[in-house]
Amino acid sequence: MFILEKRPTPSRFWTAATPVLAVILTMIAGGLMFAILGKDPVEAIRTIFWDPLFDPQFASYSRPQLLVKAGPLILIAIGLSLGFRAGIWNIGAEGQYIMGAIFGAAAGLAFYPSENRLIFPLMVVAGAFGGWVWAMIPAILRTRFRTNEILVSLLLVYVAQSLLASMALGALRSPEGGGFPGSRNLSQWPASANPELIAGTGMHWGVVAAFIAVIASYILLQRHILGFHIRLAGEAPRAARFAGVNPNRLVVLCMGISGALAGLAGLFEVTGPAGQISIDFNSGYGFTAIIVAFLGRLNPIGILLAGLLMALTYIGGELAQFMLGLPSAAIQAFQGMLLFFLLAVDMLGNYRIRLGFGRAA
Amino acid sequence: MKRRILFAGAALGLGLTLSGTAMAQDKTKACFVYVGPIGDGGWTYQHHQGLLAVQEAFGDKVETAYQENVPEGADAERVLTQMALSGCDIIFTTSFGYMDATNAVAAKFPDVKFEHATGYRRDHPNVATYNARFYEGRAVMGTIAGHMTKSNKIGYIGSFPIPEVIQGINSSFIHARKVNPDVTISVVWAYTWFDPAKEADAAKALIEQGVDVILSHTDSTAPLAELAKTPGTIGFGQASDMAAYKPSPRVSSIIDNWAPYYIKRVGAVIDGTWEQTDSWEGIASGEVEIGEITEAVPAGVKAEAEAMRDAIAAGTYHPFTGPLNKQDGTPWLAEGETASDGDLLGMSFYVEGIVGDIPK
Repeated sequence: MFILEKRPTPSRFWTAATPVLAVILTMIAGGLMFAILGKDPVEAIRTIFWDPLFDPQFASYSRPQLLVKAGPLILIAIGLSLGFRAGIWNIGAEGQYIMGAIFGAAAGLAFYPSENRLIFPLMVVAGAFGGWVWAMIPAILRTRFRTNEILVSLLLVYVAQSLLASMALGALRSPEGGGFPGSRNLSQWPASANPELIAGTGMHWGVVAAFIAVIASYILLQRHILGFHIRLAGEAPRAARFAGVNPNRLVVLCMGISGALAGLAGLFEVTGPAGQISIDFNSGYGFTAIIVAFLGRLNPIGILLAGLLMALTYIGGELAQFMLGLPSAAIQAFQGMLLFFLLAVDMLGNYRIRLGFGRAA
Repeated sequence: MKRRILFAGAALGLGLTLSGTAMAQDKTKACFVYVGPIGDGGWTYQHHQGLLAVQEAFGDKVETAYQENVPEGADAERVLTQMALSGCDIIFTTSFGYMDATNAVAAKFPDVKFEHATGYRRDHPNVATYNARFYEGRAVMGTIAGHMTKSNKIGYIGSFPIPEVIQGINSSFIHARKVNPDVTISVVWAYTWFDPAKEADAAKALIEQGVDVILSHTDSTAPLAELAKTPGTIGFGQASDMAAYKPSPRVSSIIDNWAPYYIKRVGAVIDGTWEQTDSWEGIASGEVEIGEITEAVPAGVKAEAEAMRDAIAAGTYHPFTGPLNKQDGTPWLAEGETASDGDLLGMSFYVEGIVGDIPK
């Protein structure tokens, strides 16, 4: 018989080891699933985790794509992690991501077809602002009226999606698009383009921003009084109050930072890889980033690694789909397993497993 | 214990299989990108039937691969690039939204042939486009709808307000009105190709407005499932036969039969005769088929619908034949005049009699 015993303090070893264990368990369970589907499990796992990085046929293309896919995930997850640490639950990053793209694209398109070099920086500011504004709605509602920021931020995602559709069909629609929905292509207009900075690396401004966010967040949490307050508010709310932490101020700050970063991610995406505002421009980065934040243990370095791993399962998953004929649902299930196992083995950080023989507890 | 053995096995296998990527290069590889799942029962299912037909027709000479549920956007470009890198000789991109991605990737892989469904851009010599004249099928469905509605309200679930969809709405309405002067049409835009929940909601909203015949231009069977719950309402199979809903609510269907085109084009790649083309076939060539009209439809209506199908197939009738006015009353086609393909491909207006605006 197994007996669970709560640890007095969470185990440092297991806190670091559980994500690795979760990945391994996912490989095993996923491999079983692939085997049941009649595919060679070893080949499937290899196609997902190895081929995008090292296969001579794909790697030169897939490796840079890893950064392209991971960039927005990391940028958003870093912002979310600050709030999550303080017990502030911004679930609506997807909406803030959309609003960042809309605000940024609108700011830029207002000057079309100017070639002024200040347009891109202006769009970046507008993008961050758009995400920030969208996050301020649940933040202010919470501090003023005690509403639940989880619900408000989540529901605002759907409002943002409707706005996106209306923008793609209306105000931002390309006049040269022959009546089709979608804005002008921002990545083909030099003034607004967010191109690859070094050819063949996938590195665009969004990836640079993600790396800066990782470093800034690391310094904030380790060295700055605000980081200390965030950690204190999450770990010991009462102590935080005695230490003079203003909870409302913390809500506004954390929601604001995460909203702005999500908005930035949206802006860099719409000016780069996506290229235009279209009805289904958002592809779930805002929700996936929540998984990335937890997979990375809300730790900046962890999030960096988790973002890259998540991107790998996307790109490798696509490869596995058409190389091996795996259904896309199987890949989604595989990604779901990752989160499932992560939550399941989380227990090891807080509990100790003991072997016992059914003695009275 | 067991876990450790599995581990060791996995590690060993990882090492062993690394070298096994060599592929047979003499086979022609045909690849397909789908916007929905192959089990959608409609649009994507039908394209996948085309893939299976290619495999069947050429056997060992071809290898096929596909990827389903590929979003129309940044992800499509990556999927296409990976396909081209994997050695695909011809890639069929089967949704309108892949247009930019198809042309962008085609520029980087001049030796790979690209075939984009329902698009109009052929920026490079290795990009062809193909489409089907769905509006011909809509003329037949519209005729049945006009006869069958008792409330004189028919509904239409549109995906996106693009010309291809607007053609279908206009064609359905023109032919419903022709047999029933009191008929009106309500259009609901779903803004998706495949989202069963949204499609069902749209059908529900239409039924609540008193609509009793629904046509749809989305990919799933959800609208028919919704109609099946409401006695006295009917609909049509869209893109695929959707025979599971026979004899009612599914009283007939428009079937996209891509197999002949796919076999022809893959054959051209094998023979080395592939050239850029812009194909737009309809009922006459069998690319658009009318599914069985069930016993829920009176014999007279069935005969009339079949006569129209045959007239279109014979080329004696064009679904857009004047006199026809635009919604605002301005003349479009004079008596006996038929719409040009150019007019149809850029169609951005409703015909006279339809109430409501196309989203701008």
